[in-house]
Amino acid sequence: MNHWYMLTLVGEDSPGIVADVTHALFEGGCNLGEASMIRLGGNFTIMLMVQTRLSRIELDELVRPAADARHLLVHVDSIEGRLHQHAEPDVQITVYGADRAGIVAQVTGVLAAAGLNILDLDSAVGGSSDKPIYIMSIEGQAAQGIEALEQALEPVREGGIEVSVTPIDTMVG
Amino acid sequence: MAVLPILTYPDERLKRFSEPVERFDAELAAFIADLEQTRLAGPGAVGIAAPQVGRAQRIVIVDVSKMKRPVPNHGYLVLINPEITHWEGHEPGREGCLSVPDFTGNVIRATRIHLKAQNPQGETVEFDMEGFEARAVQHEMDHLDGLLFLDRVVSRRTDVFRRKVYEKNS
Ligand SMILES: [Zn+2]
Repeated sequence: MNHWYMLTLVGEDSPGIVADVTHALFEGGCNLGEASMIRLGGNFTIMLMVQTRLSRIELDELVRPAADARHLLVHVDSIEGRLHQHAEPDVQITVYGADRAGIVAQVTGVLAAAGLNILDLDSAVGGSSDKPIYIMSIEGQAAQGIEALEQALEPVREGGIEVSVTPIDTMVG
Repeated sequence: MAVLPILTYPDERLKRFSEPVERFDAELAAFIADLEQTRLAGPGAVGIAAPQVGRAQRIVIVDVSKMKRPVPNHGYLVLINPEITHWEGHEPGREGCLSVPDFTGNVIRATRIHLKAQNPQGETVEFDMEGFEARAVQHEMDHLDGLLFLDRVVSRRTDVFRRKVYEKNS
C-alpha cells in the first residue's frame, strides 16, 4: 500500500542538496510528486511530495543520512496526493513597497475579504539592509471578480504600496 | 462530422514536423469540419492544430471571438500552410494545451505578427494580429513544427513586473 507524504527540509544552503536527497529517495524506492524548492534568505527550503510503502518514521530514517550530513531539519507529514487537480488562477497581483511590518497581513487581509483565493504566493526582500524593499507576487482566483479586488486595494495604495492587478486569460489550444 | 480523439503528450506524433497541404478538396473540408467539432468539444479551447488529432499536415484553427473579456480578433479562422512574415514585441502570457492536460505555464510570444496562409479553398489570405489572437496562432503553429508550449515555458517567478510595464505603455 502506497502512501503520500509531504517531506520538508530546511537548513543552510549548499550545492547538491536536491540531488543527494532525491537520490536517497530513489534508492529507497520512493516516487516523487510535486515539489517546491526555493532559497528564503540564505536558507535552503524544499517541500516534496513523496509516495512510498514506507511508514512515516521509515521515510524519515531514509533521508536522515543525507539530511544530517548537511545539517538539515527534516519533517514528514502524511497527506493525500490529490494530483491532477490543478486550480487555474484568473488573476495575478504584484505588490511592492518599502519594507515595513504588516504589509503581507494588510494586503492578504483585504484581498481575502474581497474574495481572493490565493493559489500561489512568493515574496522577496530586495534593496539594501538599511532600505529594504518588499516584493510579493500572488496568483489566485477572484471569486467576486477583479473589480472587487481593485476597490479593496485602494486604501493599500494610498498607504504608499504599489499594487498591480492583472487578469490571467489562459490561452488553451 | 465527428469529434476526433486528441493525442496527449508523450504521444510521439505530437513531436513530428507536419507537411504542407497540397490538395484543397472535399476531403480537406470534411477534416476541417471534424477538427472544429473537436476544438469545440475541448474545454475552453480557442485553437487546435491538425497534429493534435494525428494528422501531420499544416492546418490550424483559431477563434478568439468568444472570450469573456473580448480581445481584438478576426473571428473564426482556418489557416492552412500558415507562415509568420513579421514579428514585433514580446510578452509573457499563460498557456495551456488540449494535448497537455492539467498544466499551464507562462510563455513569451510575439505581441504583433503579420501572417500569410491559405484558406480551405486554397486562396492566399493575410492578417495583422496582436495580443491573445497572435498568441493563439503562434501556439498552434508550434504544433505544426512538433513543438509544445512546454518547450517554451518560463518560470512563473520571472515575469513579476513585466505586465505592469506593458499596461502602462499600452
Ligand atoms: Zn496546444
